[in-house]
Amino acid sequence: MSQPIPPPVNPELALAMIDRFLQEELSKTGLSGFVIGLSGGVDSALACALAVHAVGPDRVLAVKMPYRTSAPQSEADADLLIGRFGIRSEWVDISAVVDAHFEGDQGASALRRGNFMARTRMAVLFDRSSMDRALVLGTSNKTELLLGYGTWYGDMASSLNPIGDLYKSQVWQLARHLALPESVVAKPPSADLWPGQTDEGEMGLSYAEADAILYLLVDERCTAQEVAERGHSQAVVAKILTMVQRSQFKRRLPIIAKLSQRTVGIDFRYPRDWGR
Amino acid sequence: MDTLKLALVQMAPALGLLERNLEAHLAWLATPEARSADLVVFPELSLTGYLLQDLVAEVARPIQEERLLAPLLAASRERDIVVGMVEQSPEFLFHNAALYLSGGRIHHVHRKVYLPTYGMFDEGRYFAAGGRFQAVETRLGRLGLLICEDAWHLSSSYLLALQGAHTLLVLSGSPGRGLTGGGPAASVQTWERVGQVLSQFLTVHWAYVNRVGYEDGLAFAGGSYVSDPFGNLLLDGGENVEAIYRADLPLSALRRARTLTPLLRDEKPELVLRHLEEIVRR
Repeated sequence: MSQPIPPPVNPELALAMIDRFLQEELSKTGLSGFVIGLSGGVDSALACALAVHAVGPDRVLAVKMPYRTSAPQSEADADLLIGRFGIRSEWVDISAVVDAHFEGDQGASALRRGNFMARTRMAVLFDRSSMDRALVLGTSNKTELLLGYGTWYGDMASSLNPIGDLYKSQVWQLARHLALPESVVAKPPSADLWPGQTDEGEMGLSYAEADAILYLLVDERCTAQEVAERGHSQAVVAKILTMVQRSQFKRRLPIIAKLSQRTVGIDFRYPRDWGR
Repeated sequence: MDTLKLALVQMAPALGLLERNLEAHLAWLATPEARSADLVVFPELSLTGYLLQDLVAEVARPIQEERLLAPLLAASRERDIVVGMVEQSPEFLFHNAALYLSGGRIHHVHRKVYLPTYGMFDEGRYFAAGGRFQAVETRLGRLGLLICEDAWHLSSSYLLALQGAHTLLVLSGSPGRGLTGGGPAASVQTWERVGQVLSQFLTVHWAYVNRVGYEDGLAFAGGSYVSDPFGNLLLDGGENVEAIYRADLPLSALRRARTLTPLLRDEKPELVLRHLEEIVRR
């Protein structure tokens, strides 16, 4: 039988590498733990499980941040995870902040509202991380990062991301390996920014197809033509390439107009772990 | 000498912190494993860390006048030591260098020839390339030094073996990657395969020491090992753990391997030379 594409990761090895990644980066910063926005979806559930696996439940704080239209099931799933992990949690309703911002702007699109919700959650998490002397854990997977399916400076913002090199199918694989609740793993992925939203519906793509095409393009460095020859529709390959290209700005710091001899982000290059 | 008593230090250097790394080197040298060895080998850039980028210029030191090396030179009166650091040349070039310390002095310097500048690697941007693979006569016999990517070019180990090096020391800073096969990371498996094949082809001992620890999300994988002249693993170190490993390399294995399979005797360097001249001049 041929391997699925992308192939599953060696789960024990991935766990060992992510454990030490989280442990070492935490100790280098001298901070006390991690804070994570727990949505009830599989990505934040896995990121949270990995944090608990790496540093123990006492050093992980989950923040639930529902908006008034969020699906009740999302919060129920988040509560299930919090109970299972035995971690501390907080509940911050973002409805008042979001509604105040859009008061008198009833025509604001679902996309604008959704992005504002994601950025409000980001602001809550970074504020909470400052109170707790903690690092904000990212929950974007590799599929989302490559497709740009996320809010820039919203859910894409974090200090440290343990799952950003795992495709969605590998996120599901590890989530099942860690025996996360089936209600979390099996439900259709959704940003839950408006009722009935699903990732696959909004993108017009299935994760299975997006993962396979991205893996061939990015990890295996196949050309678009070679990907199509493996049985993928040329139109879908082209659509994915366009999504990756158009979202490149989301994977970069803001570019700076170069004027001097050495410029941040261009030729002033230091690792983040500088001196740690 | 009929056995080379070797220690490999699979350590996690701190990025850009020379003094802290020096202290760590001295602590490793004080362990029973190091003290029972003739030769202690540290990984690539062991005194500086790997992902230096613009820090290269800040941690580079002229090696002849570097006080940082004094405690290591003192320790090399007891046993030979190989460390990695950024060497600043008199012309202010910065080399990714491996220093062979022995008898209280710098006995030999190897400057990394092949600087990987592709994928996650950007060494050609920051370092000047070395220009030689020079086997070095030591009190432990003739040895060869390679730094990581050097070993991926067939000619490097070939040249050292033809110069009579019986043991090749490979200092590495290799991040673990490729988790979709079974067993260890693909990069770890590949490194073992490379060393086992080359040690068998060249009938030499091959000692590989890789660092561990994280730098900006890169997980240096460890997996240090020693392969004998038959291509068998004498030592197979763990992944992702700080450790010091000891291995005894019997020189009698070289005699047996080269008697059974006298590949080195039958090499035809003059033929290679003729071909290379044709290729280069074409």
